Amino acid sequence: MTQQEDPTPFESWDRPRQAWLLSGDCRGVRQRTLLLEMTTRALFPTVLVFSLYLLLVGHYGPGGGFAAGLVAGLAFVLRYIAGGSEDLGAVVRIRPPVLVGTGLAVALLVAVVPLAFGLPVLSSAKWALDVPLLGTIAVQTSLFLDVGVYLLIIGVVIDLLRSLGSGIERDMREEGEQA
Amino acid sequence: MSALLALPVLLPMLGAALTVLAGRSAALQRAIGIVTLTAVAVIAAVLLVNADAGGPIVAELGGWAPPVGIALVADRLSALLLLVSTLVTLAVLVYAIDQRIVDYGRGAASTTFHPMYLMLCAGVSLAYLTGDLFTLFVAFELMLTASYVLITRRTSAIRIRASMTYVTVSLMSSLLFLTAIAMVYAATGTVNLADIAGRIDTVPPGLRTVLGLMLLVVFGIKAAIVPLHFWLPDSYPNAPGPVAALFAGLLTKVSFYALLRTQTLLFSREEPWTLMLVLAVATMLVGALGALAQNDINRLLSFLLVSHIGFMLFGLAVFDAASVSGAALYAAHHITVLATLFLVSGLITRRTGTVALDQMGGLAKVSPALAALFAIPAMTLAGLPPTAGFVAKLALLQAGVAAGPWPTVVAGVVVVASLLTLYALVRVWVRVFWGEPKPPIPDDDPDDEVIVGTARTSVPMYTATAGLVAVSLAIAVFAGPLSEVTGRAGTDLLDGGPYRSAVLGAEGER
Amino acid sequence: MITINLAMALVVAVLYSVGFYLLLQRSLMRVLIGVVVLGHGTNLLLQLVGGPPGRAPIVGEVPAGALVADPLPQALALTAVVITFALTTFLLALGYRSFVLVGHDEVQDDVEDRRIASQEVPAGGLDDPADDLAPTSEGSDK
Repeated sequence: MTQQEDPTPFESWDRPRQAWLLSGDCRGVRQRTLLLEMTTRALFPTVLVFSLYLLLVGHYGPGGGFAAGLVAGLAFVLRYIAGGSEDLGAVVRIRPPVLVGTGLAVALLVAVVPLAFGLPVLSSAKWALDVPLLGTIAVQTSLFLDVGVYLLIIGVVIDLLRSLGSGIERDMREEGEQA
Repeated sequence: MSALLALPVLLPMLGAALTVLAGRSAALQRAIGIVTLTAVAVIAAVLLVNADAGGPIVAELGGWAPPVGIALVADRLSALLLLVSTLVTLAVLVYAIDQRIVDYGRGAASTTFHPMYLMLCAGVSLAYLTGDLFTLFVAFELMLTASYVLITRRTSAIRIRASMTYVTVSLMSSLLFLTAIAMVYAATGTVNLADIAGRIDTVPPGLRTVLGLMLLVVFGIKAAIVPLHFWLPDSYPNAPGPVAALFAGLLTKVSFYALLRTQTLLFSREEPWTLMLVLAVATMLVGALGALAQNDINRLLSFLLVSHIGFMLFGLAVFDAASVSGAALYAAHHITVLATLFLVSGLITRRTGTVALDQMGGLAKVSPALAALFAIPAMTLAGLPPTAGFVAKLALLQAGVAAGPWPTVVAGVVVVASLLTLYALVRVWVRVFWGEPKPPIPDDDPDDEVIVGTARTSVPMYTATAGLVAVSLAIAVFAGPLSEVTGRAGTDLLDGGPYRSAVLGAEGER
Repeated sequence: MITINLAMALVVAVLYSVGFYLLLQRSLMRVLIGVVVLGHGTNLLLQLVGGPPGRAPIVGEVPAGALVADPLPQALALTAVVITFALTTFLLALGYRSFVLVGHDEVQDDVEDRRIASQEVPAGGLDDPADDLAPTSEGSDK
């Protein structure tokens, strides 16, 4: 009895752990674009990693918290376009205001901390860390400010998608049901 | 001391972030808001005392010295206005919180009201404290963006029209501001105010006039100077009561402060400024006469607000130490009294259920406390003798009469405009407080956040309003020391030397 | 002598004209586009002013003979872009809200203004008849 030996049903053992953009699972009635969905699958993590790169190099190269946040936000925009609001809701479980609040609070705390050391507001310092195998890594404390901005911008973009994107979709759906 | 200087900006922002995070606990949001603003008020008081004793306080953001870095500067004028503004925002917040409790119950949290309110306060603080033209733009944007959200929250179909006018006009003036900044930078190569002041003499006089006029138009729109005032009586009356009080108390005065700062620091002149005298006359008369035609109490107050901007413009137009000091004192008094009147108007409309003056009546019998709360700020605004308005107006008039024939004529217009103000307010008094009491008009849509409510007021709302009345009375009681402070502030403003050496001297020491 | 790029100056002029023209429209959607265009014009102007006048606010040594762009206007423009971005989305939301509430996104007349303008006696007596509601019809044929 193979079925008893393998209790996991056939459909679920190779089911992707992430529940987004599933091929056999059609949420909603909207039309879907296969090509866009497949591209999004590949692009979404890539763009997120690229945004992290922008965040980290921001102090010396082009990038920084704002640019990185926008790029990460664009990844979510892509998902919204490909998968619709259901897909976005499936992956973003944190409420956007929490992201916005955390980001703003982090950025401001980083700005205020130098006061405790008798330095002007928004001062930054350079930390050099000796990491085994990687060598010396220099970190500017302004990176933490950028992290705050990064979170803030992602939160704002997701909030925009929620209110202007899926919010309008929902309104239109409700209107359609009434009419 | 300079460590404290960034806190009036950063604390409200941090408070805003925390209130977003505490989006589900109304009590926590309220506590954060009140604690933050109280702290800012204390810091502002400390700054005022220190700036008065030891000259302008300068903080360099990130340790970058001006003119390269951004500097925050607190001199007597900015610290005084910051203190008064924060007291007003605190009182209005208490009022707004209590109105929310009355309307929506104790547990109603909001993810927009508290954060935006605190962001607006941060913007106001930054506008007062910044020593940099571009940061001033950012401060205005912070303040205005928060105000857009506050004025469009829970909009009804009627109110969205007013919000659209407000947002569009403000946006346009902001873009003009940015253009003016670009022009200033092209001409002088810097955006630091103190540095521009040092370099503006090398700019050709024609170009300098253009720059001065551009900044005048920008701040003229934001401060509702008469040919550019039309948006104000259109939009403020449609805002919810406390929000209207906040806007009326702060936004135009912040713009006037920016006008005063830029014109005195960058475009100093030896004699009275004729164009500004004309604008002052137009603003005073159009505002006061416009107020007489109104039947809506909030619109009437908005026109009076416009009219009294003209009084401050008069102080700026005469352009000597005494008149500028009078304008500063007038601004401090105006912030409190207009916010108070709009709060009282909020109470009146909630008691009567209407904003139409001809449908009210006999409120003095129903609520003597409300009558007293209206009478004191009304007398202050009209400038009757024992009040702060009288002290400030007297300072302006004395400075005007001493300055020459034309300023004396305009001083006569000041008196006429004061009488018109008195007449408009007496009309309000007669219609609202005298006569037979009329039953309150029920709110036809209790769910929206429209200014009128059916007799739903609470004691803390009265207390907050009374607190503001007390502030305005305190301005009258301490008029002596205050006018000494503004006198020194006026001298500093026209001299410009202490400000410049405080900002740029710090560069030399490093 | 300071020179500027004439083509760029013309582009700025066109952007400003188009922006202000659109700002004067009634439809909020056009106003929104006007704000965007005007914002672009302003940002372009900010970039242009980074030209020769003034010194570049760079701390430290600039290599001799090297061409260094003035970074300050770029920082200003970046900030301005962020702010314009935020306000554009806000106007978009406001326009949508107006569309939901009113059915279109056009700025309406001020009813109270019209009423006051159509009054026979400007100041009015103390015993005016109460007529503050629904004065639209008498206002529109002013």
